[in-house]
Amino acid sequence: MPPLSILIWLPAALGLLGALSSLARGARDTGEEAGWTLPGALALLGALGALGLAIGYIADFHIGSTKLQHVTDVMWVKELGIHYKLGVSGLNVFLVGLTALLFAAAVLAANLRRWQRPGLFFFHFMLAESAVLGAFLAQDLALFVAFFDLMLIPFYFMVGGWGADRGEVTRVRATLKFVIYTFVGSLLMLAAAIATGVLSAQEGGGHITFALGEIRSSALGSGTQDWIFLFFAAAFLVKMPAFPLHGWMPDGYRAMPIEVLMVFSGVLSKVGAYGFLAIVLPLFPGAAVHFQTLMLVIALASILYGSVQAFSQTDARLVAGYSSVAQLGFITLGIFALNGKGAQGALLQMVNHGLVVAPLLFIIGVLARRADGSEDIRDMGGIATRAPVFASLFLIVSLATLAMPGSSNFVGEFLILLGAFQAKLAIAIIAFTGVVLASVYALRLFIRSVHNRVGAKVSSRDISIADGAVLVPVVLVILFMALYPQLALKRSEKAVQTSVYVAASDSGAHPEGQCPKPGRDVLGCLTPGPSSQSTQTAGTQVLGTGEPPETPEEGAVGE
Amino acid sequence: MSAAVLASAHLKGPHVDFAGLSPLIALLGGATIVLMFGLIGSRWVRANLVPALSLITLGAAVGLTIWQWDEQKSIVSGALRIDGLALALNLVLGAGAACAVLLSWRSLAAREAAHGEFHALLLTSVGGMSLLAAAQNTVALFVGLELLSIPLYVMCATEMRREHSLEAGLKYLIVGSVGSATLLYGLAMIYGATGSTDFSAIARALGGGGLATDPLTLTGIALCVAGLCFKSSVAPFHQWTPDVYEGAPTPVTALMAVTTKVAALGVFLRFFDVALISAHGSWGPAVAVLAAITIVVGNVGALGQSSLKRMLAYSSVAQAGYMLAGVVVATRLGVQATVLYLVVYLFMNMAAFAVIVARERVTGLGDSLDSLAGIGRSDPVLAWPMTLAMLGLAGIPATAGFVGKFYLIDASVSGGYTWLGVAIVVGSMISLAYYLPVLATMWMREAPAAGRTPPARPGGLPALAGGSPELDAGAGADAGEAVVPADGGWEVGLVAVLGGAATLFFGIVPQPLFDLVHSAGRALGLL
Repeated sequence: MPPLSILIWLPAALGLLGALSSLARGARDTGEEAGWTLPGALALLGALGALGLAIGYIADFHIGSTKLQHVTDVMWVKELGIHYKLGVSGLNVFLVGLTALLFAAAVLAANLRRWQRPGLFFFHFMLAESAVLGAFLAQDLALFVAFFDLMLIPFYFMVGGWGADRGEVTRVRATLKFVIYTFVGSLLMLAAAIATGVLSAQEGGGHITFALGEIRSSALGSGTQDWIFLFFAAAFLVKMPAFPLHGWMPDGYRAMPIEVLMVFSGVLSKVGAYGFLAIVLPLFPGAAVHFQTLMLVIALASILYGSVQAFSQTDARLVAGYSSVAQLGFITLGIFALNGKGAQGALLQMVNHGLVVAPLLFIIGVLARRADGSEDIRDMGGIATRAPVFASLFLIVSLATLAMPGSSNFVGEFLILLGAFQAKLAIAIIAFTGVVLASVYALRLFIRSVHNRVGAKVSSRDISIADGAVLVPVVLVILFMALYPQLALKRSEKAVQTSVYVAASDSGAHPEGQCPKPGRDVLGCLTPGPSSQSTQTAGTQVLGTGEPPETPEEGAVGE
Repeated sequence: MSAAVLASAHLKGPHVDFAGLSPLIALLGGATIVLMFGLIGSRWVRANLVPALSLITLGAAVGLTIWQWDEQKSIVSGALRIDGLALALNLVLGAGAACAVLLSWRSLAAREAAHGEFHALLLTSVGGMSLLAAAQNTVALFVGLELLSIPLYVMCATEMRREHSLEAGLKYLIVGSVGSATLLYGLAMIYGATGSTDFSAIARALGGGGLATDPLTLTGIALCVAGLCFKSSVAPFHQWTPDVYEGAPTPVTALMAVTTKVAALGVFLRFFDVALISAHGSWGPAVAVLAAITIVVGNVGALGQSSLKRMLAYSSVAQAGYMLAGVVVATRLGVQATVLYLVVYLFMNMAAFAVIVARERVTGLGDSLDSLAGIGRSDPVLAWPMTLAMLGLAGIPATAGFVGKFYLIDASVSGGYTWLGVAIVVGSMISLAYYLPVLATMWMREAPAAGRTPPARPGGLPALAGGSPELDAGAGADAGEAVVPADGGWEVGLVAVLGGAATLFFGIVPQPLFDLVHSAGRALGLL
């Protein structure tokens, strides 16, 4: 396989090429001509190229190993110990695939519309893809922070420049709010990341480094770990968004162009969850255990608040938005169950949620065009009569959203709740109501828009071939994941266990582990590799992650 | 009689290290030459040759600095130190001043002040800064500071027909004099306590016994901190900054914002991290608190400003706070981080000020935020540098500002001031609320249809109060002189593009900057 840098920078390069080409043709290129523009076509080429490479990395993934694969490691800033280090692991390989898929779908969707200044628009779009891929693949803390911050900039421009004004909330205000919210979190994370690198180098006595895996964060005192954890958590929870920190979400979601929102909701929220799993749990296990209850309560609040909001909103985008809050709540719940099952369910659910929310938003866009531009579900209704294909595609997406048994989302939520049960019984029981509420809001959206009386403004027609070209591939992937979730589970199993291992033993979810005393020393126990650990602890609660849900799953699919 | 004394005394000429002094000689000699050329009758020569000579002078000073690069020596009987820090700062000063010269070519300020005098003042001021950056003796420090300041007081007031310019000059004069007086008083007290004006002798005296906690020393240090804070606009001594920055002609503001800060922080580094290093326990926490206050005050003050120059003034206050963090920790890492940030700060601010100058000339809206409306579409050559400058000042990755801020936080955390590192990021958060609206104005607003009235041409200037009518008449009708270009001017665009490109380039490839500051870090002999 080619080096990962090509995957990351290919989209940005083609986006830049598109911008330059429209510059060369003169700034008059305002998109008056219908259909395809050169920048749009180049962007699509870049997104498809990245998708091809990402599929290649998934196919090429070596399942048994916990080592990073396809590593690129160059010293970027020697004085600061920052490496340009990229690598594929079980944690990020599917998220990279998800990113590439959703960006390809969104760029295709964006190509179906006319944009002012297409060169600049598609440049920002592709820069965003590069930054997100970079954040997933970065194996250096400082590099991760850099990509994490960088990915906001193109979104700032896309929302502010091409978004929609909604009443008194102009797009500029909405985008400012959302950028400030997220940057507050990510700058705190910057300070925390630098402190991690510097302090662990001081304590451990050595050169400063930010490379994940080389940071000896175990040398940090527990007080230091705690504040660093909180700073990281602030960044990730805002990004998701989680309940008390979601204030930017409603305005932001309503202002974004729907094509941008597809990737924003589908992919960017996952970077936060990924950060917890890939960075926070392995580096600060002590603090993760310390704040476990807090995080679980936040997750629970997000589930309940998001679900209730999602079935009381009438703006279809906000239904999708608040349902994301709820789903990300489930993911947080799984991660902070601090055991292998929960974390693996969380990882699977990240992919699943991205796969359903992006087509859902695209469908909302299509519905709005049928309903005279209105995104209010009270104006929709009765689409199904003349649009059977569209309605069935929508049904598949809706059922996946509510985690119907048989869908991959079901497996994800099942694992998450199983993990949560082992961690905190009471919280898991309350969280179960979220599963019920999910079917309420998902079905409400579906019924109100597809069935019922035909809305006053609605002119029903079936989906166009171009729209279908966006929707069908993503729906096919949803179906494929429903049939074969092991594809993701197998590849992520080892990496997830390594990631939560220390925190799991600290939290006591690993009572008969081979380490006599849970504490700082457990890292040493890890060195033989998780394979030895799985043989020794098979039968305890942490392990055997992939197996139990497979049986009900296969049965469900068979029906 | 006197002949006999002369004959009997064994006179020995002092040894003068001309090589070490050469950058300073070039600057001050150039100032004299420029002043002379300003007397030539031809207006064309005055308007074009004089700035060209200024640029050549600055180029010579930079060249001589590079020639001296690896030197480590004290010259003028220990009053000045030529080392990595002084030379690195000289480079920054030369580049900043060259940008200011380009911005003031064809500008009103230089014309009003008769070009020769304007550029001579500019070069003298830069000479003062260069002296300050090398000063190793409290007397040299004070001389450098005054040499820096006095020309700037005059330059602030060079747009004589504009009240704000005069106000800025007067305000700067008064506040600056208070600052100088405070500093002088503090220096005198330190002399009184330690019995020496030499930095290393002061350090030895303070390191010796209980002097470091002596009330006289502490008062002296406090007054020195206050005096230098006036100069580098550190809160709570920053109140003059917004008014002066706003009132002064924009090219002069650019010069003040960048080079003055370079010189003031340079002297902060050398005086505090060399002479007063033994008293670090006393002034370290105090200056750290000042830095944190400055970060908050600067960033909060910049919120909601509609004048770009005022906004950048407050932002420069905040940036001074960030850079003080490098002084506070008093480590080699801190020195390097501060110097690196100064370099980065040069790029970002010069790009921003160049864009402001260009838009002032085109729109007639002055430095209002509205003057930038819609330039993302109409004038991307200016919009991109401004975008990069704002993102850089906010500390976004892939710009040099990110690297600079990263290094400063790194230095504060490893120097034991983690909370100051957190203060830096809190400041950056607040700063987004005023940097991002600038981007929004450029890229997300339409250009106002009716706002494109060009500014008043020189011929239509109001009469100078108290000036002679003949002089005014003569000033109004100078045919041969380069007038303020209506399109902003290519040289201004060049400064903007270079600044923006450097901000981006060094954000991605920062290694050259680290190589540059390495020698500066070694110079002070810190850990």
